[in-house]
Amino acid sequence: MKLLRMKPGHGEIVLAEGDVAVPEQEQELIEAFRRELDAGMWAAVPTRAAGGRREAELVKSFSDVPRDAERVIFFPRAAGGSVSATA
Amino acid sequence: MALALGTAAVVLTVLVWELVRPSLKLALAHHSELWAARQRRAALHAYDPGRERRAERRARALLRSCIEERDWAMYRDLGFLRVWGALRERPSGAAAAYAYLIYPHKPIVAYVHDTGELLNEYCVAFPDRSEPYGSSRLPDSDDVLAKWMALTADERGLVGEANMHLPGRQVDPDRVRRDLLRLAAWERAAVDNVRPA
Repeated sequence: MKLLRMKPGHGEIVLAEGDVAVPEQEQELIEAFRRELDAGMWAAVPTRAAGGRREAELVKSFSDVPRDAERVIFFPRAAGGSVSATA
Repeated sequence: MALALGTAAVVLTVLVWELVRPSLKLALAHHSELWAARQRRAALHAYDPGRERRAERRARALLRSCIEERDWAMYRDLGFLRVWGALRERPSGAAAAYAYLIYPHKPIVAYVHDTGELLNEYCVAFPDRSEPYGSSRLPDSDDVLAKWMALTADERGLVGEANMHLPGRQVDPDRVRRDLLRLAAWERAAVDNVRPA
């Protein structure tokens, strides 16, 4: 499993990578996961819906992440924005 | 005698200090200005014009790996992404009654699929304020992916977080209508391409 984070000016960066079946690596993943959530990030897991359609699932704790998930993507929390100019 | 000399020395030191203090203060201020200017110049020289482009390239690859191949083609060709609304899903297989257009760093536009009527603009941003300096803006495709993930995972939550406006507040409605026409033409062309000759 990889924990990725979107970053301005960088694209995504890899925060942590490990096998959840290995306790030490899982612990590292959990700690990195908590750090990001504490920093105010949202975490999403890209998944497939029942019909095979791609979608994402927002997770609030590491135990919510499917064990077979390949990636968890962290991104800044949504905020009501405002752009002054008309596009 | 020693006491008098000591007192004189203290008085002399204080007098000298008072005389030198203004010019010392000026010299310090001048020095700190020079240092700040040097830092600014260094930051300017450190600017990498290819950085944003590389970031966008990475963001596009990540977006592509998360969404359907057809949706990726739509974004690549048209510059926006359509996401079906899930809150009023029609029965089995039929398209949802409404959908969203996701533009990079612009509000999400909701519209009625059958009529093309524009419903609302949802202004939402994902500012990353963790950096001590520089832009808090995600690359374009990361912004699109963040909106896509939030919409497909928790449509009601994202709509609740966003500032809702009537159509035309920030995105030109004529542009959206043109984009809907482009999307319809693009979809027709995609169907023609897969139809056997």
